[in-house]
Amino acid sequence: MKYLHNIGTYFIMIKDMFRKPTKWSVMKTLILKDIDDLIINSLGIVAFISFFVGGVVAIQTSLNISNPLIPKYLVGFATRQSIILEFAPTFISIIMAGKVGSFITSSIGTMRVTEQIDALEVMGINAINYLVFPKFIALTLYPFIISIAMFLGIVGGLAACVYGGYGTMEDYIDGVQNDFIPFHMTYAFLKTMVFAFILATIPSFYGYFMKGGALEVGKASTTSFVWTSVVIILVNYLITSLLLG
Amino acid sequence: MIEVNDLHKSFGDAHILKGITTSFEKGKTNLIIGQSGSGKTVFLKCLLGLFDYEKGTISYDGKIISDLSPDAKRDLRAKIGMVFQGSALFDSMTIAENVMFPLRMFTKQSLSEMEDRVNVVLNRVNLPDAHKKMPSEASGGMQKRVAIARAIVNNPKYLFCDEPNSGLDPKTAIVIDNLIQEITDEFSITTVINSHDMNSVMEIGEKIVFLKNGFKEWEGSKETIFRTDNKAVTDFVYSSELFKKVRRMYQEENQ
Repeated sequence: MKYLHNIGTYFIMIKDMFRKPTKWSVMKTLILKDIDDLIINSLGIVAFISFFVGGVVAIQTSLNISNPLIPKYLVGFATRQSIILEFAPTFISIIMAGKVGSFITSSIGTMRVTEQIDALEVMGINAINYLVFPKFIALTLYPFIISIAMFLGIVGGLAACVYGGYGTMEDYIDGVQNDFIPFHMTYAFLKTMVFAFILATIPSFYGYFMKGGALEVGKASTTSFVWTSVVIILVNYLITSLLLG
Repeated sequence: MIEVNDLHKSFGDAHILKGITTSFEKGKTNLIIGQSGSGKTVFLKCLLGLFDYEKGTISYDGKIISDLSPDAKRDLRAKIGMVFQGSALFDSMTIAENVMFPLRMFTKQSLSEMEDRVNVVLNRVNLPDAHKKMPSEASGGMQKRVAIARAIVNNPKYLFCDEPNSGLDPKTAIVIDNLIQEITDEFSITTVINSHDMNSVMEIGEKIVFLKNGFKEWEGSKETIFRTDNKAVTDFVYSSELFKKVRRMYQEENQ
């Protein structure tokens, strides 16, 4: 019953996010601040993880190919497919649920605890629009992060492959270019957009509707991470079944 | 003027407000007092529209708020200033930005006009040099004064304060009380203060509503509260040794 209530409240929050919009001059500032907090500040960790995980995927693939009949370019091919189809959109989104999601929940939750949200409501401001909508707009730039993750993942694979002595650059690049299906990019970016919406709204929901004090802000951040991850995994399965299944 | 008629509010099975009827007059500092758990904060949040209520009416200058359209409610809220117990300053903004916030949201003033107005109100609350500070760099008393500045910057018709003196030393508390009183007189605002501070009651209590267990137990003024025979009020007022002594002195003077 509690889950049903939460799901209902979540969808009402989504509807309220588009109601009674905040003045554009104020909203513009909020969006730019959220782009800085959520997108720009995430670039470093995403770049670091993508590069090294790309390298690990290339090494693992190379080490598990023992059959001489399997072409060498398979390392590049497998790395590209892993990175584009799953690692960049899904794995990075789970990491972002921890980094960005916790930030959103704790910042909105702290505003709830310190009555800043009450202050907005007393002034007649639609607090959900004021707080959640800029995050939603900022995260429409999320595919930009995922593009960087894809690029650096493949480059990381190349670096590990060449400098680790697991293959040649020519074989790797040949594999990256081999059998490329453009629809896979459409699929990856489509689910990236859906994940961006989930990343903006579920942590906001747990922050906005939290009750209690400072301890509960921490608990809400943890719960938010768990549910954001669960929903991303479930939606990933659903989208993959629908588009590739 | 704010009028409340037969207000009832419950949370689940807990009946918090049990038929409160009272009024808060324009140009006066109206105090809601009572022990912790008496329903003061719930009453204030009902007045502000932060809580829905089951029964009764609340009207602002004759307009019943439950009958107003969403747009009319929004317009009404733009005329309300609120000072929260913990000040509720936006911690990502400087003090000047906090005070400017209602102007940015509800007016079409130019930046220089808004800055002029912010200067005026920050001077009014005796914080002429605090513009660039962050709320975390300000003391409790300063934060309260910034909250008051933010509440009055857009010339509100109604000012609500939830325990404005909590956490302040007695001297700073008196400064805040006097500031609220002066602002109320100066701009002829309907001010409603939620408090359990007897010093505030005696400083600025032009009208006092005493709540007990969700009922309005008594109402009067700072002049009449010393003469009341209501036991619940006298128990509350004379709970401290200081006020017991004041009462004895008052009785001796009258004899």
